[in-house]
Amino acid sequence: MPDDTEAQVVLRLDRITKTFGALTANDSVSLTLQKGEVIALLGENGAGKTTLMNILFGQYTADSGRVEVMGAALPPGNPRAALEAGVGMVHQHFTLAENMTVLENVTLGTHSLCALGLDRAAAHARLAQLAGDFGLSVDPDARVGALTVGERQRVEILKALYRDARILILDEPTAVLTPQETTDLFDTLRKAVALGLSIIFISHKLHEVMTISDRVVILRHGKVVHEGATSGTDRRDLADRMVGGRVTVPKAAPGIPGAPLLSLRDVSTPDRGNAPGLKALNLTLSAGQITGLAGVSGNGQAALADLVGGMIRPAVGALALNDAEVLHWTPRAAIHAGIARIPEDRHKTGTIADFDLSENAILETYRDAPFSRHGWMNWRAARDFAARIITSYDVRCPGPATRIRLLSGGNMQKLILGRVMEGAPQIILANQPVRGLDIGAVNYVHSQLLAARDRGAAVLLISEDLDEIMALSDVIHVISEGRLSPPFARGTMSPADLGVWMTGEGYDEGAAHAS
Amino acid sequence: MRLEPIANPSLARTLAPPALALTATVVIASLLAMLAGANPFSVLGLILKGAFGSKFAVLETLNRATPLIFTGLAIAVAFRARLWNIGAEAQLYAGALVVAVLGAGILDWPAILLLPTMAILAMIAGAILLLIPALLKVRLGVDEVVTTLLINFIFLLFVSMLLEGVLKDPMGMGWPKSPRLIPEARLPRIVQGLRLHWGFGLALIAALIVWVISARTTLGYEMRAVGLNRNAAEFAGIPVGRVLIKTALLSGGLAALAGFSEVAGLKGNLTLDLSPGFGYTGIIVAMLALLNPLGVIAAALFVAGIFVGADSMSRAVGVPTYLADIMLATALLLMVVAILLTRFRVIRE
Repeated sequence: MPDDTEAQVVLRLDRITKTFGALTANDSVSLTLQKGEVIALLGENGAGKTTLMNILFGQYTADSGRVEVMGAALPPGNPRAALEAGVGMVHQHFTLAENMTVLENVTLGTHSLCALGLDRAAAHARLAQLAGDFGLSVDPDARVGALTVGERQRVEILKALYRDARILILDEPTAVLTPQETTDLFDTLRKAVALGLSIIFISHKLHEVMTISDRVVILRHGKVVHEGATSGTDRRDLADRMVGGRVTVPKAAPGIPGAPLLSLRDVSTPDRGNAPGLKALNLTLSAGQITGLAGVSGNGQAALADLVGGMIRPAVGALALNDAEVLHWTPRAAIHAGIARIPEDRHKTGTIADFDLSENAILETYRDAPFSRHGWMNWRAARDFAARIITSYDVRCPGPATRIRLLSGGNMQKLILGRVMEGAPQIILANQPVRGLDIGAVNYVHSQLLAARDRGAAVLLISEDLDEIMALSDVIHVISEGRLSPPFARGTMSPADLGVWMTGEGYDEGAAHAS
Repeated sequence: MRLEPIANPSLARTLAPPALALTATVVIASLLAMLAGANPFSVLGLILKGAFGSKFAVLETLNRATPLIFTGLAIAVAFRARLWNIGAEAQLYAGALVVAVLGAGILDWPAILLLPTMAILAMIAGAILLLIPALLKVRLGVDEVVTTLLINFIFLLFVSMLLEGVLKDPMGMGWPKSPRLIPEARLPRIVQGLRLHWGFGLALIAALIVWVISARTTLGYEMRAVGLNRNAAEFAGIPVGRVLIKTALLSGGLAALAGFSEVAGLKGNLTLDLSPGFGYTGIIVAMLALLNPLGVIAAALFVAGIFVGADSMSRAVGVPTYLADIMLATALLLMVVAILLTRFRVIRE
């Protein structure tokens, strides 16, 4: 408990300041972590959470301030020292060698290169012991490439524990998990705390923060703006403190479904590496309706998004727009058919980092008037268009000539939103439209999607966040291994019901119903 | 020591490292000159004088810069779109071959018709030579670095075969060289009496045109988009394969113009030593110019100046002319580091 003696402080960050040029990422941030405590670190994107954790883990060097672990100062900029002091980090994107076994991954780097071989039996026993203690069941001899995302995360945690981590940092650990897996993770974390470990838990999901943490620390613009016991607060209060104002939750009144605008009929696509393709999938997107696609990442969402976005064609089956089968299907055809595409990865597919805002704004329409005529660009028109988006979609930036890599994720997403929504599209493909965005931007994107639906657009919302799907969708499908569940109307399914479908159960019955 | 990205580099930050790189190049070259037993100041002075010290020297430097501007442009255009054209050398010889064949009397046309025809056909020849690797890359995913590099050797051997065979000048005393061009096939001098031909003017115009294409046309926009982020370009509906093919045609054509200009402007016939690696030096030129078409002009003048100046210096004080190669290599390596330093900050622990 916080009121205990100093001896129980396992980690102390003392007035950490870090600047990148004109940007102050961390402004005199202080934080203490007690033994056996779970701190939730909350904050909008760009609030400085990641920078702070990178300083703690030695990947960045602070301009000023110090890091103390178990009372001893940590040398700055040395991840190895952080590891040896007992700090373990589980990154959002796993750092595992897929072609090696679980045991090899866990022991990698723990024995000296000069040692001849590794005492496998001892390592095996130690791994089994840890797995038992923390409830992390995973086969030590399985190849990591063959594991599910949830299992891989367990391997990451085991990796940290195997190195005697006393402090675990988890960066958005639940983003890739099913509700059931999240429950399991929380059980593990509770066991870890009971065994005297301390945890820093970074998340955007407020209900998880309320469930698992003892204390909440909120960062805003690089400063600690709130620190207090979780029990003394609630979700709404936390959300307000994060954005610094009242949060408006968009009211999603049910939509009025209209004519089918896009339909997939018995569509199959080939598997791609580990990711399954689509398996005889039927889906209809109707006007005035948000169709939510729930599911654990990597179950065919990418294939479906690529299909609707024009990146791939059905290998089997047909894609129809307004009930007419489409034969020529490319990204350009999709754009011309009035499909607004918000891609999953705004950095890699949505924008070109070294292009400025004008150049990014016309990425899909550069060939049309007024942006170009007879092969000549009209940059004035492009600048005007970008300036219009900047104003109407509230993109915070110095101007259209700014390189887009300098924008925050939320502002980048607003530009993409503006780019695709300006033509009043009839069909909207929103693939993880709010992933990694702060609450203000999330609300903005959601209200735009709802407004589009209300004026009669068909929206396909793909998300791994069940809360988002349930809050916005008029109809929900679950995807698992490339198979699609039957449509569930708004309010007919609980998260647990959908979770069952997400684990891959129930589909045979679904197929039987369809045929 | 670690590198940390700088969000918004200042003007001083962008200009200082490249300037430092050039200064360091000069310092290193001086040290080497000292090792060779000469006074470094006089060596550098002689290089400068040899490159720009007289009217003759300046014209020589401009002449030497001409093919480098063409190959530099060819590389810059291709690299911008991330098409790794290492085959400018072969494309140069393809252009030269067209001129050597058509300009030796087969076409008995006036210069005003003959020169543009030869230039266009030379460009087509160079374009076709790069089209093959580009198609292999787009359709089958074959690495163009390997194919374009290997085509250089194949094509040079092919030219060698022709020069020893059907193209051999009967009046050439047995040397492997093509017959001399007819006067109508020669590029005129820019100013009567001065040894500078219109190839240089054409190179400047080409740089300007490439800059306009890059900055003002849809093709230029597409080429930059494909080069900066192929994924995003593809997603946005930019026909990536077609853009790469167009880039290849433009790049190959520009490299071929170097051959056209060397044969029709300077040499008057085709020999196997027409190019002392202009196709490869073009890579250095393009990199020093940061792939900017107008920067290519400055970079080509810099590189040509070092070569010409080093030749003259070597004659005067006996320091080997290899110093020029070392200076260029140093300049390139330091420039790469300098460019890194404009974007990253070094943190010392």
